[in-house]
Amino acid sequence: MRNLDPVRTHEDSVLDLQGVAVHLGGRAVLHGIDLSLRPGEFVGVIGPNGAGKTTLLKIILGLLRPDEGTVQVAGRDVRAARSLVGYVPQSFAPDPDLPLRARDLVALGLDGARWGFSLGGARRRAKVEEALSWVDALHYADQPVGRLSGGELQRLLVAQALISDPRIVLLDEPLANLDLRSQGDVVALVGRVAHVRGVTVVLVTHDMNPLLSVMDRILYLARGQAALGTVDEVVRGDVLTQLYGHHVDVVRVHGRILVVGGADAESLTCGTCDG
Amino acid sequence: MLGFIESLLAAPTVAPALLIGSLVAVTSGVVGVFVVLRGQSFAGHALGDIGTTGAAAAYLGGLPALYGFVGVGVLGGLAIEGLGERARERDVATGIVLSLMLGVGALLLYFMTQRTNATGGPVAILFGSIFTVDPSIMLPVALFSLLALLLLAFLYRPLVFASVSPQAAQAKGVPLQGVGLLFMLALAIAVEESALVAGALLSTALLIGPAASAVRWTRQIGAAAALSALLGLLAVSVGIALAYQSYFWPPGHRGWPVSFFIVLLVLTEYLLARLLPARAARRVLPRREEAA
Amino acid sequence: MGLWQTLFPSGLFTASFMQNAWLAGTAVAALSALVGFFVVLRGATFVAHAVPRASFAGAAGAVLAGGDTVLGLAIFSALSALGMAALGTRRDQGQTTALVLMAALGLGSLFLALGGAYAPEVYALLFGQIVGIGRMDVYAILGLLLLALAATALLYRPLLWSSVAPDVAEAKGVPRRRMEILFLLLVALAATAAVPIVGALLSFSLMVGPAAAAAYFGRSPGQALGIAVLIGILSIWLSLVFAYDTGLPVGFFVAAVTAVFYGLGRLWAHLWQIERGRGQVPV
Ligand SMILES: Nc1ncnc2c1ncn2[C@@H]1O[C@H](COP(=O)(O)OP(=O)(O)OP(=O)(O)O)[C@@H](O)[C@H]1O
Ligand SMILES: [Mg+2]
Repeated sequence: MRNLDPVRTHEDSVLDLQGVAVHLGGRAVLHGIDLSLRPGEFVGVIGPNGAGKTTLLKIILGLLRPDEGTVQVAGRDVRAARSLVGYVPQSFAPDPDLPLRARDLVALGLDGARWGFSLGGARRRAKVEEALSWVDALHYADQPVGRLSGGELQRLLVAQALISDPRIVLLDEPLANLDLRSQGDVVALVGRVAHVRGVTVVLVTHDMNPLLSVMDRILYLARGQAALGTVDEVVRGDVLTQLYGHHVDVVRVHGRILVVGGADAESLTCGTCDG
Repeated sequence: MLGFIESLLAAPTVAPALLIGSLVAVTSGVVGVFVVLRGQSFAGHALGDIGTTGAAAAYLGGLPALYGFVGVGVLGGLAIEGLGERARERDVATGIVLSLMLGVGALLLYFMTQRTNATGGPVAILFGSIFTVDPSIMLPVALFSLLALLLLAFLYRPLVFASVSPQAAQAKGVPLQGVGLLFMLALAIAVEESALVAGALLSTALLIGPAASAVRWTRQIGAAAALSALLGLLAVSVGIALAYQSYFWPPGHRGWPVSFFIVLLVLTEYLLARLLPARAARRVLPRREEAA
Repeated sequence: MGLWQTLFPSGLFTASFMQNAWLAGTAVAALSALVGFFVVLRGATFVAHAVPRASFAGAAGAVLAGGDTVLGLAIFSALSALGMAALGTRRDQGQTTALVLMAALGLGSLFLALGGAYAPEVYALLFGQIVGIGRMDVYAILGLLLLALAATALLYRPLLWSSVAPDVAEAKGVPRRRMEILFLLLVALAATAAVPIVGALLSFSLMVGPAAAAAYFGRSPGQALGIAVLIGILSIWLSLVFAYDTGLPVGFFVAAVTAVFYGLGRLWAHLWQIERGRGQVPV
């Protein structure tokens, strides 16, 4: 792969993938992935459908073992470092009658994997309040989760991921079901919290444009390969042409970026689909 | 072998059992495919138990059991359908309706034992046997089967659409509630008639088993319905033959229960379907839209 | 005072068989509601119906083999729970639950037929015999209650997480499948404790009714759990009083009373929603 960044040492990186390859259904879904992410940086993961974005997240979560290569979080094996990784799932649609308040959902992120009832008391409650305040959710802390809007739920999931003080947070298409304004809100919020708390963010999305203002680097996936670098380094005709394996143009209009595939419409990635 | 079949058909209880068993197996098999497609196995099973309560009520009221089964079954089905829209809510509503009807059934059974001072009647209702069906029931059962299948034929396209992708169907103007209620009607009829002739146990086995096997072997719903009916027929006829044969088996030559054989065959079919899927990777039916 | 005497005749509390019924009934109701909370949360009502029913076949097998019915019950409820876990896929839990139940009941009908004689102790397990239990049964159920309490307390947080947000829970080290198996075994434990006392049918009512009603009244998981236990205990108490007064089966009253609580829960949720619709959002 083309790592356009200078190679970093293990000490100052939160996430290290080296020579990672994954085969699913007899096909190489990812291959030759090397990457290393710094503390507190915001990385957007972009790529066409089937590029392997979800697969990459599963590997970082330790839910899937790579067939080749190593994955380390803060210098440790992923399975030993589970508490250091926060996760915001792609979809979460609780029932309206679920007896679960916003604060209960967030509290599960703190100690939901432990056996037994929680005996935390006031300390635990204060932590939950604090996490709710990070995502500006205090005013609906006691509402049943089943009656919240998509954007409100999304913020809770971010708080649930952040409350255990992870070093890295993975978000799988958190913008998919949101309108443009909420997209901007979620991105700004995640960016702010990550920055303030020094948490590395890996955010998967189909549209890079809402991320342009907060994203430190972009991880572009196509054909199971990856290119990592700043937007200016990666989102260029020559780099993407090599990644896709055929001619690709990058068009910038009104501060937005459009990636246009050549004759092969299959791999056309829509940078801005709203226009 | 031929001799065995001849003696089988000559036995006075076997031919009617085969006939009515086939009728029930075909109806349940076809309806079952939609039950599996819509994820309503619990409702399908619950209706069998609910109908039993109706039968007890009919017995106490001096009415034919068939009308008790179908009448209360249809009411129960409509209650289940009407009380729940989302998956979890529907599941719980089904449970509550079932629990209530089982409670009422316990009460009616108590009245029955008080009145007749014998437990034979209740037990026959709980574990109905295909060998003891009253021949006069044949015609109404055939008519009810026809009604259920006609209803399905009428509902076919909107039902498939609403089951596979409810949101899209609704957007296209399919009345989801109406389709759901009408299907519940067909389901209740199919389940209740088989609960009457074969017992509540076999009614669930014939509804879910063949259909769950069939949808693993073919992608098309029409073909799955045909295959499911066929698998049900096979299980019922072989099961009846084995039960007949089992009168010569130990212990005591009293015969093994026919429901045991039919359930065993249905499960064997299902396990074969699990072990030998047509195309392991391809799911047979279109994915249901999750509530996600 | 006449009404009081009619409702609560002295034998209701003093007869020793009634004292046993009060004790065991309360314990069974609490235990069932506790497990029922997770049943309702996971939308696994069918399992709560199927496991006690399937265990019935184990009792029939025990009668045939000349063994202890409660042991047969315990074995079959655990086996059916594990069978459901092994065959179940994420999409078609209902189908496999139905088929495992059929397998158990098919075997049960065989055991009964081979046993030949009509086995009243097996039918009693269908409808229960809460007023026919001895002091030893009460101690046994109290022991099982403690065991189930400990298991629920231990599983509470991961099971809750895996039930409401399985994807995140799995990513954070709470495997979905393992929790499914543990949950099914918890249901099997509750069934084993409840079926000898209240019967397979009633065990289902006590597992589903109170928890389903509580889901509407409680706002947090802890509240819902507590309310479920309260409703369960209240239901069995009311039913025992009614059954003693009228001489009718307890099962009917439990089913009716829990269904009424469920109806009240739905009404409550409905009214609450109307209020919210008017813009009075409780914050
Ligand atoms: N369990 C599996 N078995 C076989 N193939 C799989 C499996 N899981 C994923 N794949 C394949 O791996 C490829 C990458 O899948 P992945 O879900 O990672 O894509 P993605 O980039 O997240 O796509 P999308 O944008 O659609 O979410 C796809 O072609 C998919 O078909
Ligand atoms: Mg994906």
